[in-house]
Amino acid sequence: MAKQLGFHIDQNYCTGCKACQIVCIDKHDLPEGVRWRRVAEYTGGAFTENTDGSYGAEVFTYYTSISCNHCADPICVKVCPTTAMHKGDNGIVSVDPDKCVGCRYCEWACPYGAPQYNSQVGKITKCDFCADYLAEGKDPACVAACPSRVLEYGEIETLRAKYGDTADIEPLPDPSITHPSLVITPHRHAQKTGYGIGELANASEL
Amino acid sequence: MSTESRVFATMGPVPRRSVLKWGAVAGAGAVAAGAAVKFGLASTAYAGDGALTDSVGTFVWSSCNVNCGSRCPLRLHVVDGTIARVEPDNTGDDKTGTQQIRACVRGRSIRQRVYNADRLKYPMKRVGKRGEAKFERISWDEAFSTIATSLKGIIDKYGNEAVYIHYASGAQGVAARGALPRLMNLMGGRLGYYGTYSTAQISAATPFTYGEYMTNNSFDDAVNSKLVVLWGNNPMETRMSGGGQTLVLANAKKEGGAKIVLVDPRYTDTAVTMVDEWVPLRPGSDAALIAGMAHVMISENLHDQAFLDKYCIGFDEDHMPTGVPANSSYKSYVMGLGPDGIEKTPQWAAKISGIPAAQIISLAREIAQAKPCMITQGWGPQRHSNGDETCRAVFLLACMTGNVGINGGGNGAREGDYAIPAVAMAQGDNPVKTMISCFSWTDAIDHGEKMTALADGVKGADQLRAPIKFLWNCAGNTLLNQHADTNRTSKLLQDDTKCEMIVVIDNHMTPSARYADILLPDVTNVEQADLINQGYAGSLGYIISANQAIKPMFECKTVYQICTGVADKLGIKDKYTEGKTQDDWLRESYALVQPTVPGMPDFDALRTMGVWKTKNPNEHMVALRDFRTDPVANPLKTPSGKIELYSKALYDLEQTWTLPEGEHINPIPVFAETMEGPMDPNRKKYPLQCIGHHYKARTHSSYANSSWLRDAHPQMAWVNVSDAKQRGIKDQDHIRVYNDRGTIEIIAKVTARIMPGVITVPQGAWYAPDKDGVDKGSCTNTLTTWHPTPLAKGNGQHSNLVEIEKA
Repeated sequence: MAKQLGFHIDQNYCTGCKACQIVCIDKHDLPEGVRWRRVAEYTGGAFTENTDGSYGAEVFTYYTSISCNHCADPICVKVCPTTAMHKGDNGIVSVDPDKCVGCRYCEWACPYGAPQYNSQVGKITKCDFCADYLAEGKDPACVAACPSRVLEYGEIETLRAKYGDTADIEPLPDPSITHPSLVITPHRHAQKTGYGIGELANASEL
Repeated sequence: MSTESRVFATMGPVPRRSVLKWGAVAGAGAVAAGAAVKFGLASTAYAGDGALTDSVGTFVWSSCNVNCGSRCPLRLHVVDGTIARVEPDNTGDDKTGTQQIRACVRGRSIRQRVYNADRLKYPMKRVGKRGEAKFERISWDEAFSTIATSLKGIIDKYGNEAVYIHYASGAQGVAARGALPRLMNLMGGRLGYYGTYSTAQISAATPFTYGEYMTNNSFDDAVNSKLVVLWGNNPMETRMSGGGQTLVLANAKKEGGAKIVLVDPRYTDTAVTMVDEWVPLRPGSDAALIAGMAHVMISENLHDQAFLDKYCIGFDEDHMPTGVPANSSYKSYVMGLGPDGIEKTPQWAAKISGIPAAQIISLAREIAQAKPCMITQGWGPQRHSNGDETCRAVFLLACMTGNVGINGGGNGAREGDYAIPAVAMAQGDNPVKTMISCFSWTDAIDHGEKMTALADGVKGADQLRAPIKFLWNCAGNTLLNQHADTNRTSKLLQDDTKCEMIVVIDNHMTPSARYADILLPDVTNVEQADLINQGYAGSLGYIISANQAIKPMFECKTVYQICTGVADKLGIKDKYTEGKTQDDWLRESYALVQPTVPGMPDFDALRTMGVWKTKNPNEHMVALRDFRTDPVANPLKTPSGKIELYSKALYDLEQTWTLPEGEHINPIPVFAETMEGPMDPNRKKYPLQCIGHHYKARTHSSYANSSWLRDAHPQMAWVNVSDAKQRGIKDQDHIRVYNDRGTIEIIAKVTARIMPGVITVPQGAWYAPDKDGVDKGSCTNTLTTWHPTPLAKGNGQHSNLVEIEKA
């Protein structure tokens, strides 16, 4: 068993295809609008018009695939009034459906949007790290699916030793809020959280 | 409770999860997992006792076989006769040549293609006016009889040339594709077509330069490149398989580290992940940019004159074919010595392309001096009204810089791949040798008998004998949605005195299916066993055994069963089937290929292993390597045996063909000012150029009716910030995009990722006109034209002028 599982994302090669998002829906039979994994598009820059009608272009975009980060300091657990949200084996943050009353505090509190309300059952649902797949010796569905091999998972300290400890990349929040079990290899155009010159470009899809 | 999320909080509140939105989702309770119905069908969510583990049910090898250019194996987790989950290929690794073929976002959504409310369930016949989509259920027997009677009657009255199997590519199985041509070939044949909607111009034009159609070096060879130029080439969105070019190019970039330049009006996902320099150009101005760069190279003596002298004709006046006018070489054109007298300076090119002259100069120097430089083109640039020239201009750039036939270089065509021989079902020969361009079928319905070789590109005969009267449309949506000018096409098809019988065979009630006279339900690929030939995958060769995962749903039949039923009514059943089942045909077809490929397993072994892979035994694919090594011993199939930058054959066509006023077939790849291009004076009325990129949510129009994919990748027109601002349009506004051919309504994505003056409407969304004729489905082809390109007579579907407004 791991002390704390986490994800690594190499932003450089994420094409924003959302195969990770879709296989998560397929695997967990999520109802429409419930997205345990999501992909953010961050875009900046502009065209400038020259006097001869030609254009200069300084434009950049990068994508970030995000699920639950199974944080070291999970704010969802802190705010849960029923103790339904809890940290369990392998450091996985889970919601106990028997205890969840669907108050949605966790959804409101999480800066990553990880807890997702399922209106059909009136409860919060979320990424469980495909714990059942892990038990069978399989990789989480999103990791196994990524066409660009962008996602990796493992003991977070091992991932940090391999890739560093960057997680403060726009449009993600300041990691000091929850201490996510997340390591990002930043895109060549990545913007540091709080200092970005672009903007979240697909809010309607998250 | 807050109605705004704090997700990605540093960007401020993001409107999301509003009570309103969630109310709407709750109201759509019928789609809930575990509820009684899903997509109008029984839920496919696993509802058994306990967890769904690997030991529950079975895993069946299948595939996604729509026409994206990749082909991906899938492992379907089947429980109690229902696909409960989809899992990826679990063989191979991350290295090119032995890679795991990870299906993309679409293949992984295949449950939504199978269990879909749009599924056709029974044979049906039209009872309303054609196109109204009023149908009545009939028996298979009645369907077969009706088709056989109509087919016989039309062949008797008009001849076999009046029967047409329409261009369609939505089901790529060996049997799925082979069954219908086999039937028609036994029936005396049918009017053929040449070219494809993907590649019409480059298919027609390449032989004039290189002697035959050909591809380029493979992307894995980019490890040997100093510079890679992706000319309108977007593998990350058009070849999305994790076993295809998305992986192959990324691996080459990681390993070789060559700088990559992208020439494209859109900042694509290839730009996001691969590209070091983006060169946004006005659509259709490619050949102007190349002429401007050629001017720089010639002026600064940076071009590879030795290569041009030895391997090419037509670059300069010293290397011209006989019998053509003086000063008609490419160099004369560039330096202002040709008939137009205009020097193609970088400043001239800047005005047309929108790329600053300084950038054109630096790019020309960089491309000329990077040794070697790999230049590959996608198929978007040739899908323009001047695409006949554009594709050859990119070839020319590769030749001017001497990169043809060497590792790390290339010939300017689309990237090539290693491939094992394809398995194909025995179709016999088509006795009818007459062909039209794949794009000309609407003309052939409307006035086929007037179409000629010289005016309309008819091949195999001087003139068509008859219009198309009987049309088979099997696994395709090009009957309406993917052809140009949907409104005009709809009107043509509504007239059932023209094309008298339309038979549609498909899985779903597509926009095309609505125009059927007889509408037949095909099984999906997971409901039958087939073989799937490989997709484009760098140095990997493979074949997939797609096994039958679930029983045929409803009354669906395979295309082979359908054709057998028709053959029976025609009295040729035994001749058609030769007593064989679909599986027998596959076994027999496979047996023809298997001994020719070292290590290829036998049929039954392949059935068990699902996917068989083999690595290119040689190193990377290098196009024209033999010609480069010894051009005398290995001449090209051109008249001169060399690369023809000037084609006398094209010059002759210009003299003999009847072309519309102002249109030309140019022997050199000039920048041609054609209809609805960047220089069209009609831009005063319709100022924006509208292209239609391939979209992640769909393969052409396949998967368009998947709610997962529509949620993940909503249909949106990309509009530049400045164009939106001028029109008071904000991000996510509903807008209308219109020209004289039609109007669509669509959401605007206001972004810096598209060049000013250009918009793009992702192609493949389903045509859905409202009562006022506004296409609420936002099919890009509501804006495109039937007008064919001069040489290929193909689809210039990205040359469209439009205006937009807030809806």
